[in-house]
Amino acid sequence: MSTESVQFHHDAERLTRDVRHRGLIQKALGGYYVKRDEQKSRYTDWQMARASAAAAKYEAVNHLDTYLLELTEKLEARGTKVFWAADGAEAADYIASVARNAGVRRIIKSKTMTGEEIHLGQALEKCGYEVVESDLGEFIVQLREEPPYHIVFPSMHLTRGEISDTFQKKLGSAPAETPEELTMIARDVMRQKYCEADMGISGANFAVAETGHLSITENEGNARLSTTLPRLLVSIVGIEKVIPKLDDLAVLLPMLATAGAGQNMTCYNTLLGGPRAAEETDGPEEFHVVLLDNRRTTLLADPEQRDALHCIRCGACLNVCPIFKNIGGHSYGTTYQGPIGSVITPHLRGLQSWKHLSFSSSLCGACSEACPVKIDLHHHLLQNRRNAIANKPVWWEKPIFAGFAWFMSRPALYRFAAPLLRVGGPVLHAIRGRFFDPARLWTATRDLPPPPRESFKEFWRKRNASR
Amino acid sequence: MVKILEKLGHQVEYPETQTCCGQPAFNSGYWGEARAVADTMLDAFRDAEVVVGVSGSCGAMLKVFYPELYHGHAREAEAKALSEKTHEFSSFLVNVLGVGDLGAGLSAKATFHDGCHGLRELGIKREPRELLRHVRGLELVEMGEAETCCGFGGTFSVKFPEISTAMGEVKCASILETGADLVISNDSSCLMQIQGLFDRRGEKIRSMHLAEVLALS
Repeated sequence: MSTESVQFHHDAERLTRDVRHRGLIQKALGGYYVKRDEQKSRYTDWQMARASAAAAKYEAVNHLDTYLLELTEKLEARGTKVFWAADGAEAADYIASVARNAGVRRIIKSKTMTGEEIHLGQALEKCGYEVVESDLGEFIVQLREEPPYHIVFPSMHLTRGEISDTFQKKLGSAPAETPEELTMIARDVMRQKYCEADMGISGANFAVAETGHLSITENEGNARLSTTLPRLLVSIVGIEKVIPKLDDLAVLLPMLATAGAGQNMTCYNTLLGGPRAAEETDGPEEFHVVLLDNRRTTLLADPEQRDALHCIRCGACLNVCPIFKNIGGHSYGTTYQGPIGSVITPHLRGLQSWKHLSFSSSLCGACSEACPVKIDLHHHLLQNRRNAIANKPVWWEKPIFAGFAWFMSRPALYRFAAPLLRVGGPVLHAIRGRFFDPARLWTATRDLPPPPRESFKEFWRKRNASR
Repeated sequence: MVKILEKLGHQVEYPETQTCCGQPAFNSGYWGEARAVADTMLDAFRDAEVVVGVSGSCGAMLKVFYPELYHGHAREAEAKALSEKTHEFSSFLVNVLGVGDLGAGLSAKATFHDGCHGLRELGIKREPRELLRHVRGLELVEMGEAETCCGFGGTFSVKFPEISTAMGEVKCASILETGADLVISNDSSCLMQIQGLFDRRGEKIRSMHLAEVLALS
């Protein structure tokens, strides 16, 4: 077992026993289901909308070479500097050098999972910059020195009381009870940070090749402030975020809001086209876009799972995933939690180290059903399992499945299974759940059904004999 | 199932050479071993006109996953042929035979659990409810989040028993909330998980397979 797998088992086991955590997540998501269904019902044809969103992403992902060049050309034409980063280290080094050259001291950062993926905030802090998260959820987990719990709702695992405690401890604020009070505390701190920051960092939800715009969608207005107030702006964008046309946003933005948060549209939708132009009164003086690969091209090279690059990071698959709901976001130990994380992390960070995430699924398929861009998530988990075993079978499993195949391809032997069960059943029942029970992985928490008095085969024979 | 199909005038054959569909090996990543087992199924059902199964999960294996398992292999055409003629029991009754009322009766308050493979791989949701609607004396109540997995998931249930159990507990709570005294499903493996948890807790809820209910008169 990889160390990542050991950690996962340990954390998942702890969280599944935490009934308080389970209730908290169920309650939060219960509200989301209601709002999501309300919004979905406003679509004339949700399935058609999914197909059309998937088609836009399919077109982009299968022609990345064309669209990324078009995007770069359009961005550069308006004075944006575009940097192509092969991996996280290259991206972080470039961004640090931009900050250094411009004499930056303070950085305000809006939500970016791509930034999380390469630990950009920590890398810049190491270089001596102050980095402040401006998304409320991200701000809270930053204060708590925790990674985001969920790709869209980073602090959904915390109660108001816990957030108030964090604010009291880290910001010296008075105890607060309502969401409004808590927001005002964060706002007071943040407004000052916006004014002081000399560099903004953002991600992007989409990058429009046709017009050379980054599209950012959010509910707090923090991304708009982070990208327009500081004199310098760097946006980090995964290469799969490119979409062909501006019109594609008409499908993708409402889709993201509906699937992600149960909203018709998010409150703030920004299109960033370049640095401040001569006739403009606001916006950054300098704008850098970092296009990040970081092994996305490995996924691109896999025709079976290439559609995982369609992902718009809405989190819908996490919200419906019974595994996520029971083990929580932190147990995954990944930037991207839930089904999408279980699918792509083995590609981004190594199959053998992260294959356990693909096995940790009942393959119920709720994720694939929920995905607004039609990623075949749960079947990709099966493919990851197959690839992991083909590449390196588990030493103790291999003989078990060889035995299974041997036994099950011998129908003459199979018929003795039921009589054997009848003999062994009472013995198993007597020792159920104990250390020496061979079925204890099941029986520690669950009973086994009593063996049937008569197997179907026995019934069938008797019936035919009596005819 | 045999009783019901014969009552409807069909000749039922049971090829005794069949064993397992191979799903445990398939889901565990051992596709070669899964094919070795699946080969016996291709042999056993070669001459059948129609294959009907009482498990949504095994049904999905034959119908959806065999073509994938044999993709690019010598017996791909046979796997596809078996896939096409395979039906899950409730879907066969409602969609192929066009029956709804089987004359069954059972006095109980029941809730139906959708097995995920039947529900999402085979798209079966309406069919079992249509059949149960006609059962005399049966009151059917829907549970909250009926489409949430019970946590069985085959080898998942023993590879990650703690996650599987937590998922099962959530499912059992949804069932208890309905006040039903019976839980019905078209997948025995889900019922093994649900009943196993209820039994361990001493809850008096019974579980029955859809076919068992429909065969009662």
